Amino acid sequence: ASVPSAVPGALTMDKLTAYKDATTYNNFYEFGTDKSDPAKRAHTLVTQPWTVEIEGLVKKPGRVNLEDLMKWGAMEERIYRLRCVEGWSMVIPWIGYSLADLIRKVEPQPGAKFVEFITQADPKTMPGVRGGALDWPYVEALRMDEAMHPLTLLAFGMYGEVMPKQNGAPLRLVVPWKYGFKSGKSLVKIRFTDKQPVSSWEKAAPQEYGFYSNVNPNVDHPRWSQATERRIGEDGLLAKKRKTLMFNGYEAQVGQLYAGMDLKKFF
Amino acid sequence: MRAWLRHPAAWWVMLVVGLLPLVSLVIQTVQDQLGANPAETLIRALGDWTLRGLCLTLAVTPVRTVMGWPELLRYRRMLGVLTFGYASLHLLGYAWFDMGFEWADIARDIAKRPFILVGFTAFVVMSALAATSFNRAIRWMGAQRWKALHRAVYAVAVLAIVHFWWMRSGKQNFAEVLVYAGVLASLLGWRVWRGSRRWSNQ
Repeated sequence: ASVPSAVPGALTMDKLTAYKDATTYNNFYEFGTDKSDPAKRAHTLVTQPWTVEIEGLVKKPGRVNLEDLMKWGAMEERIYRLRCVEGWSMVIPWIGYSLADLIRKVEPQPGAKFVEFITQADPKTMPGVRGGALDWPYVEALRMDEAMHPLTLLAFGMYGEVMPKQNGAPLRLVVPWKYGFKSGKSLVKIRFTDKQPVSSWEKAAPQEYGFYSNVNPNVDHPRWSQATERRIGEDGLLAKKRKTLMFNGYEAQVGQLYAGMDLKKFF
Repeated sequence: MRAWLRHPAAWWVMLVVGLLPLVSLVIQTVQDQLGANPAETLIRALGDWTLRGLCLTLAVTPVRTVMGWPELLRYRRMLGVLTFGYASLHLLGYAWFDMGFEWADIARDIAKRPFILVGFTAFVVMSALAATSFNRAIRWMGAQRWKALHRAVYAVAVLAIVHFWWMRSGKQNFAEVLVYAGVLASLLGWRVWRGSRRWSNQ
């Protein structure tokens, strides 16, 4: 059971993307690079039992099983815009709690400056991991203040149900003001570090993907513009693309995290 | 087979077959069966059919020679013009669905994304071939010059593969690119091989 979130900005009024679109059009390379692959193949993923390892610079490291982890925060519904770096977007009702609840529970040491998210990479159940699209496992990371921001969500479900496998079951991150790839799926490890981790896309193509990857219409991807986006399912084939908003429309909530930073340099 | 290829109705049958992919896409569009992002599905499907059309058009001469079916020549022009049709719809789909006919944005996009410039160049070359695809053009130009111009189809094949390869490089997903590249390379390779054999026979 979940209640609507009271976190500022957590309930956008945008029209929800159809459940069918949100569960059949996915980037989840562990199951293949085509966006229809995850829906076809992710049924092989085994999500029970599932444990998450908390390690690095925390006072309470350890392994926690999914059932216990789900009780570390109060489940809420949050309706977020999701902007993919490829130029499309959706609006999805997630269920979960702020990652900050987990972070407080494991008590980071003073030296912990970044949080790294390591995702499942099992060649037996994830056919894409047998290919070489990226170095596996897929790794993402946030600065500590980004990770602590109340909008940063640890999600266990969407559309009022348990997380579908193609969307990152049994638990994933959702960081609504960053491009979708920053939100790691099927998390197995959360590591606290003092050095800025190198994320998978940064490693694969450093000139194209930076550590921050904030949604920013003024900073283009080297190979295409980020000024506009196609809202999936909106008004059919001839719908005009909509203008992409700074920080995906969450500037009021997260803008201060980047005060004084050159976002062209730290893209 | 040769008798069938000579039959007057066969040409029309082939034309209908060549239009089936387009008909199927139109039906799927009307019935809303193109998935979550119909614009992307359409543009990509039209690009795929352009590549397949190029392979088929370039296969006419090798198959004709190896199998001894001179009648196939009747179909080469149709295949070429159909391929140009799919390429035109592919470009139209991009300009319309992706860019909303905003010409300034299109110009900027082409400058930003060289893979689109490569595809567009292939289209421009193809247009020249399509524009000179009728009998009178051969007479006006003279057979030698016409032939020389239409050899540019090899450049189109190379540009099309580069365009497709570049587009897929974002996900490092080259399996399909290699299939098309392999088919086109062997069709071009056959011509080089035959040409060199002729040369040495002289």
